[in-house]
Amino acid sequence: MPSLGADMDAGTVTEWLVAPGDRVRRGDIVAVVDTDKADVDVEIFEDGVIEQILVAAGEKVPVGTPLALVGTEPAGAPEPALPSVAAPAPPPAPEPGPTQEPPRVAPPAPSAVPTPSAVPTAPTVPTVAAITPASPAAEAPELHSPVVRRLARHLGVDVATIHGSGPGGTVTRADVEATARSRPGAPGEPGEPGGREQRPAASATPAAAEPDRAQQRGLAMREAIGRLMTRSKREIPHYYLGTEVDFSRARAWLDQANGERAVTERILPAALLIKAVALAARDAPAMNGFWLDDRFEASGAVHVGVAISLRGGGLVAPAIHDADRKSLDEVMRDLRDLVARTRNGRLRSSEMSEPTITVTNLGDQGVDTVYGVIYPPQVALVGFGKVVERPWAEHGMLGIRPVVSVTLAADHRASDGHAGARFVAQIDRLLQAPEAV
Amino acid sequence: MNELDLNLVVRGVLAQIAPEAAGEELDAEVELVEQLDLDSMDFLNFVIGLHEATGIDIPERDYPQLTTLAGCVEYLRLHSTH
Repeated sequence: MPSLGADMDAGTVTEWLVAPGDRVRRGDIVAVVDTDKADVDVEIFEDGVIEQILVAAGEKVPVGTPLALVGTEPAGAPEPALPSVAAPAPPPAPEPGPTQEPPRVAPPAPSAVPTPSAVPTAPTVPTVAAITPASPAAEAPELHSPVVRRLARHLGVDVATIHGSGPGGTVTRADVEATARSRPGAPGEPGEPGGREQRPAASATPAAAEPDRAQQRGLAMREAIGRLMTRSKREIPHYYLGTEVDFSRARAWLDQANGERAVTERILPAALLIKAVALAARDAPAMNGFWLDDRFEASGAVHVGVAISLRGGGLVAPAIHDADRKSLDEVMRDLRDLVARTRNGRLRSSEMSEPTITVTNLGDQGVDTVYGVIYPPQVALVGFGKVVERPWAEHGMLGIRPVVSVTLAADHRASDGHAGARFVAQIDRLLQAPEAV
Repeated sequence: MNELDLNLVVRGVLAQIAPEAAGEELDAEVELVEQLDLDSMDFLNFVIGLHEATGIDIPERDYPQLTTLAGCVEYLRLHSTH
């Protein structure tokens, strides 16, 4: 079960789109998973053959649970597993090889790892594709393994207060989960980490009454957003910067460009803002990446999460991949597609799990300024307000110009105000030369 | 298309963008963005929907004429083919 966002603890497989024996290629959609927030198309991150489905449609399982065995061709070394969220395959033998860290955007692996008994046979060799739930051995080496620390952080448990049951008093994942469950109000709530046990298929069948499901999803989404944002405000020392940006050149450029375009090809200001943030983020590594295991990991790629509100309430922030390398037209196309699928269709797993920085644009709702809350484990969020006409002085002249407020909420563990200010200034500079964005 | 047809066209396009509002009574004179809580992407999709339903090319500078249901119907009536 891939982690489709830091706020996801478990998911229900609603549908399998492949069957054992099917050949799959990297990027293929193999299953549909119902998170608390949405139906998500799960992509596979390796070429291979589906050996065995481990989690039946209708079952709800914790993040990290293997969903299927994927066999890969024996010839040649398998390509290095990406930090991906594809349907994971467990190791073939009881003695796993070197286990990989869970992907950096994934919440910790659960403790109950079902070990498949079936070992697929030749000619294909199952490999540890994508995420492997960390084996128990991963806990041994140090007092509190990264996995345990991450899990504790995720569940809001202080490791120091737990009496460890592992060898030499080490705290195990089970200890952390038990502590989390023992907290008041924790057990049994839908989507709550404490309620991670597998649910019988009957309780999670997709055939459940639709209005009921929509209502439940609304409640579950509020809870999921609440958990994630609480974690953000509790753990991330936010600092905030803001500036007013002259939007007249951008507006003039957009008016001219759109004037020549068919309605389906027009560019919204939001696309320009997203692209500008992506370009600025590429040059500001301390804004673009993840805070994990008490340190910052810069991301080489820029995947801009776009906060998209749902009609009826709630919020999803899926990614536009490599937004810094895409043309403005491509960013606009992706944005339009992403908004449509967020609201009416399905998102892809990579979109849910991989944003490296997030942009929120509340200008349409009429507010001037956004003071954002960072999406963990990201370290920065850029907010745009409404484009408004303001008196504006430049070169000693006063005029009326369209102006937009740009704000940055950034993680003080990963960067300081100086770097944040340079980043914001760079967004401003880019918006003064929109033809180059 | 007469005014009644155009009214149905506009409502049909709106229903695709704001499905939960499809059954609600729309005030023809109140801004759609406000009544239906549309954002700029919704509005762009609305204009695209109108274009696809009627074939009328709607330049960006005409968007202000499309803010209300009555305005949309009037605009489409004036621009629908001769």
